[in-house]
Amino acid sequence: MSRTAERNPEVRELLERKYRHGFVTDIESDTLPPGLDEDVIRVISARKDEPEFLLDWRLRAYRYWREAREPSWAKLNIPPIDYQAISYYSAPGAAKDAPKSLDEVDPRLLETYDKLGIPLHERARLAGVAVDAVFDSVSVATTFKSRLAEAGVIFCPFSEAVREHPELVRKYLGSVVPYRDNYFAALNSAVFTDGSFVYIPKNTKCPMELSTYFRINEQNTGQFERTLIIADEGSEVSYLEGCTAPMRDENQLHAAVVELVALKDARIKYSTVQNWYPGDEEGRGGIYNFVTKRGDCRGENSSISWTQVEAGSAITWKYPSCILRGDNSTGEFYSVAVTNNFQQADTGTKMIHIGRNTSSNILSKGISAGKAQNTYRGLVKVFPRAEGARNFTQCDSLLIGRDCGAHTFPHMDIAHPHAVVEHEATTSRISEDQLFYCRQRGLDEEDAVNLIVNGFCKQVFNMLPMEFAVEAQALMNVSLEGAIG
Amino acid sequence: MSAPLLDIRDLRVSVENKEILSGLSLEVRAGEVHAIMGPNGAGKSTLAQTLAGRDGYEVTGGSVLLDGEDLLDMNPEERACKGLFLGFQYPVEIPGVSNMYLLRSAVNVQRKAAGKEEINAAAFLKQARAEAARLKLKPELLKRGVNEGFSGGEKKRNEILQLAVLKPRLAVLDETDSGLDIDALKIVASGIRALRDGRRAFVLITHYERILNLVSPDRVHVLAGGSIARSGGAELVGELEASGYEPFLREAA
Repeated sequence: MSRTAERNPEVRELLERKYRHGFVTDIESDTLPPGLDEDVIRVISARKDEPEFLLDWRLRAYRYWREAREPSWAKLNIPPIDYQAISYYSAPGAAKDAPKSLDEVDPRLLETYDKLGIPLHERARLAGVAVDAVFDSVSVATTFKSRLAEAGVIFCPFSEAVREHPELVRKYLGSVVPYRDNYFAALNSAVFTDGSFVYIPKNTKCPMELSTYFRINEQNTGQFERTLIIADEGSEVSYLEGCTAPMRDENQLHAAVVELVALKDARIKYSTVQNWYPGDEEGRGGIYNFVTKRGDCRGENSSISWTQVEAGSAITWKYPSCILRGDNSTGEFYSVAVTNNFQQADTGTKMIHIGRNTSSNILSKGISAGKAQNTYRGLVKVFPRAEGARNFTQCDSLLIGRDCGAHTFPHMDIAHPHAVVEHEATTSRISEDQLFYCRQRGLDEEDAVNLIVNGFCKQVFNMLPMEFAVEAQALMNVSLEGAIG
Repeated sequence: MSAPLLDIRDLRVSVENKEILSGLSLEVRAGEVHAIMGPNGAGKSTLAQTLAGRDGYEVTGGSVLLDGEDLLDMNPEERACKGLFLGFQYPVEIPGVSNMYLLRSAVNVQRKAAGKEEINAAAFLKQARAEAARLKLKPELLKRGVNEGFSGGEKKRNEILQLAVLKPRLAVLDETDSGLDIDALKIVASGIRALRDGRRAFVLITHYERILNLVSPDRVHVLAGGSIARSGGAELVGELEASGYEPFLREAA
């Protein structure tokens, strides 16, 4: 968006309505030239003053990745990606002058966060949210560290955790998603530049909701953040993640890895509202969102719950999963994925039942409009020793218009004779009767569609923390603009 | 005499190229209650759907004025905002959309169209609860998804609840009395009676005289063969009971 446009409120409103977060922040940045080899990885590691073990791990991941192939099993049409055309490191300003407090943060950067509505500064305190904002590759500011520190909670940029708590990083990094897991996880392991780190000590309920906001700003950069959350025995945490990126004609790659570890009696709730730039009406540009998210219910009675609202990105490839290792552990996956125009989404979950009396619940709502393709792909696996395993899966798809597609691939791999596994699936078109009913009461067609779609997603939105639920609802309306008529 | 609130002249409507209404004329003045009766397939529901502006009902001739404005030129939501309410024969379920949320949205868009401010949320809820109580509609149904899991009678009473809250100029009720037991029918009828005033008009489409005994219409029309075959006062209801629609079908043919 040009500066003139930003000054003209009407133009701005119009542009922002199309994609509200499509502005570029014009600041000096320290960006590595495009290309990937071992030297690039060494530079990244050196800039971050990383210990030897981490560099070794990165290099092993890189060597694995070089030999690996991109996965092709998803129902996605992915144009070839030139991994040598991507820059793997971009930091705002010179790396040496990294900000030590909010006062030192470039005001234009703060303005960017302002536009995104991220509650930094005091507003964050009012909202009760601690924010770790990742701008391109470096964590800019982490709020509320002190209040969290009182509770013993560690919430910091990943690179800081590497410096301050190397023993925790070493113990848990890659323990849920090993670098050999898949192509994009290997790439991330080799080149990840930052992300968030959370540790909740034993028997501690995190005193506030933790939140990270990701944003890709630089052109031709990839974003490879790494998030690691460890909930120690008897602890509890709710974590929120939001993402946006400016409008660009080129595609940009985002390959993140999120690892969650829940020890005995611990609970982790992880919520995502994903609003990366989806590309334009013709399918030009947009983010490739290739993300590996997995939680490990490592201890007895632990639970991990994923809630996601996937509204953006040109292509989404993402399966937040739970390994139900501990006896009596539970995994949940609540998802709304909306695709419009030429967007493609292949998303779902894996529930791996290993422990006894483990249970999982899957609720997936897919909405497809325009020429978009929306796929649910899920796996429920029950191991031979998983006595008393239970799963309930519900997948609902809603189609708007005639040129879009909805697909469901539920896989079940059940090796215990008494496991109880249920699956329900529906596919429906938005009904003329419902639309006409709303219009007869005075709502215009667009409002009527939004109302019906939001109703369709309600069960999932109810799982989101309050402030996210409101954002999610607004996001649905923006995403489906022009879907009818 | 004042101009009619609803003025239908020589209306012709086709559905899938088949003419259903062939020159129907009807005048309804503010404050009046009109009943439209007739055999199945006579075009009663076609009339209701056409007035509300449903796609697929093609107007091939004639005119419809609401309060002097060309109704046929408006889309369904504009008609609603001009004060036309359709009570549906089969109210649709909209899962996940709270009954109160839809109704409040409707109230607010209609107020906005009339240049008024949005209604205060607390005031709205109070009003809706009071109307629901009058219609003996369980309070939990207000919070549930629109018509989601409602019984047939609850759906019809919910239509009357919307009518009572939206307070339209013209209410067209399409077989709102069908499928109601006698107690529910009395509740619906008293709901309609409570809303009768000098400004509002009703068009009741029905098969049965029993609701008309409870509401007492000013005019009764027999719709047969695509147009009004006969009009009269409330006494026509008794006559129809005795003779059935057969004589009108012959007249129309």
